[in-house]
Amino acid sequence: MAMSFQHVKESARDGLWRHNPGLAQILGLCPILAISTSMVNAVSLGLATVLAMAVSNLVVSALRRWIAYEIRIPVFILIIAALVTVLDLAFNAYFHSLYLVLGIFIPLITTNCIVLARAEAFAAKNGVFESTLDGVMMGLGLVWVLALLGALRELIGSGTLFAGIDMVIPGAHEINVFGDDHPGFLLAILPPGAFFTLGVLIAGFNAINAHRAARAAGHATPPATPAPATAAH
Amino acid sequence: MTAPAFLDALPAQWRKAVTCAFGLVVFTLVFTALMAFTHEMTRERIDAAKAAQQMRLIDEVLPRASYDNKLLEDVVNAGGNSAHVGRIWRARRGGEAVALVFETYADDGYGGRIDLVVGLGADGCLGGVRVAAHHETPGLGDYIDPAKDRDKKSPWVAQFIGVAANLPAERWAVEKDGGDFAYHAGATVSPRAVLRAVGRGANWTNAHLGAIFAAPTGAKIAENGQAE
Repeated sequence: MAMSFQHVKESARDGLWRHNPGLAQILGLCPILAISTSMVNAVSLGLATVLAMAVSNLVVSALRRWIAYEIRIPVFILIIAALVTVLDLAFNAYFHSLYLVLGIFIPLITTNCIVLARAEAFAAKNGVFESTLDGVMMGLGLVWVLALLGALRELIGSGTLFAGIDMVIPGAHEINVFGDDHPGFLLAILPPGAFFTLGVLIAGFNAINAHRAARAAGHATPPATPAPATAAH
Repeated sequence: MTAPAFLDALPAQWRKAVTCAFGLVVFTLVFTALMAFTHEMTRERIDAAKAAQQMRLIDEVLPRASYDNKLLEDVVNAGGNSAHVGRIWRARRGGEAVALVFETYADDGYGGRIDLVVGLGADGCLGGVRVAAHHETPGLGDYIDPAKDRDKKSPWVAQFIGVAANLPAERWAVEKDGGDFAYHAGATVSPRAVLRAVGRGANWTNAHLGAIFAAPTGAKIAENGQAE
């Protein structure tokens, strides 16, 4: 297997930063906005998405020789939907209390266009190992954005961090950052708060990229312009 | 995919269509089988997890030590009658009636439907009320769920403990409306809905307590409290 360290580094850079699903590709807003009311929810759904993307990329790339070009989209959707159903059942069986919170969002991973986008754009054209790695890295890119978004919304909205952690790690406790009497800023938890917070994160992401590009230009090398953030879904 | 020999007799575009259709059928069969297999493998665990979740809720309105029968199996169903009562579990100790736990719901919460579980002792007093599912505004109306109530020592739902189920309808209301129950200023829609639903359900269940305990397991309970 011609899988070098360079490959892993490139894949990680693409997924975690350069083509980050949440900040650069802006794909998969449905779970980003719906589930990021708290950090625990956001990271849990993010990790479930990592798993779904890794497995769907793996299966799609392994079967790519047998999928006729004309029917590839329905077959990809079939594969993704079946794997998410398996994930849904497994979550229900083994993490039931978390499932009660995430339950309605797990099937939505199917409709998360980032999963289909990576199957079509990457897994259909690349080997099993590269594709699985791409799924993991793109998923992790979504996870850290979700974690940051969830943490900010939770902190501003309810003044806590890690609320609901006992659903994942029994016995662990949330942190009341501003004390028990903090009234909270409700807007951050409501859906508009998700848009505002994500907007701030994307602005920060673009600012960092622009700053880096300017610095690179100053060093007499051709500027590596950041990929423009094109909105979709 | 290599096409079988009979396809060679067909025109090229037909051949394509048949191979594609065949491919779709195969993929559908394989992945449906995968889902069916997983469903079969996880079914027992999911049922157990659901029952455990149900028991966790019931435990909060009725202490497990107070009865000795298999509560989840000793169930009758009022099928969401005019009092909105659904399933009713019957707790017994040595065959004697101890308490009922019933499901009910309010459909007039601020965020729509609020599902409730209510414990009602055979003495006609409430053992407790829990919110099973709701969509009330976080940080505002969601204090009806003790997990979200900021007052952990005496959460809002604790007021229901020991209340007589035959309280007249007008007293199942917040103090502002002339009722018996405290509320948090600024959020009265959610507690109003819960109070009305609990009162309605408790009144009906309490009025038919004897008949409900006497009904055969699994029976459908009619509006008049008798098994159908």
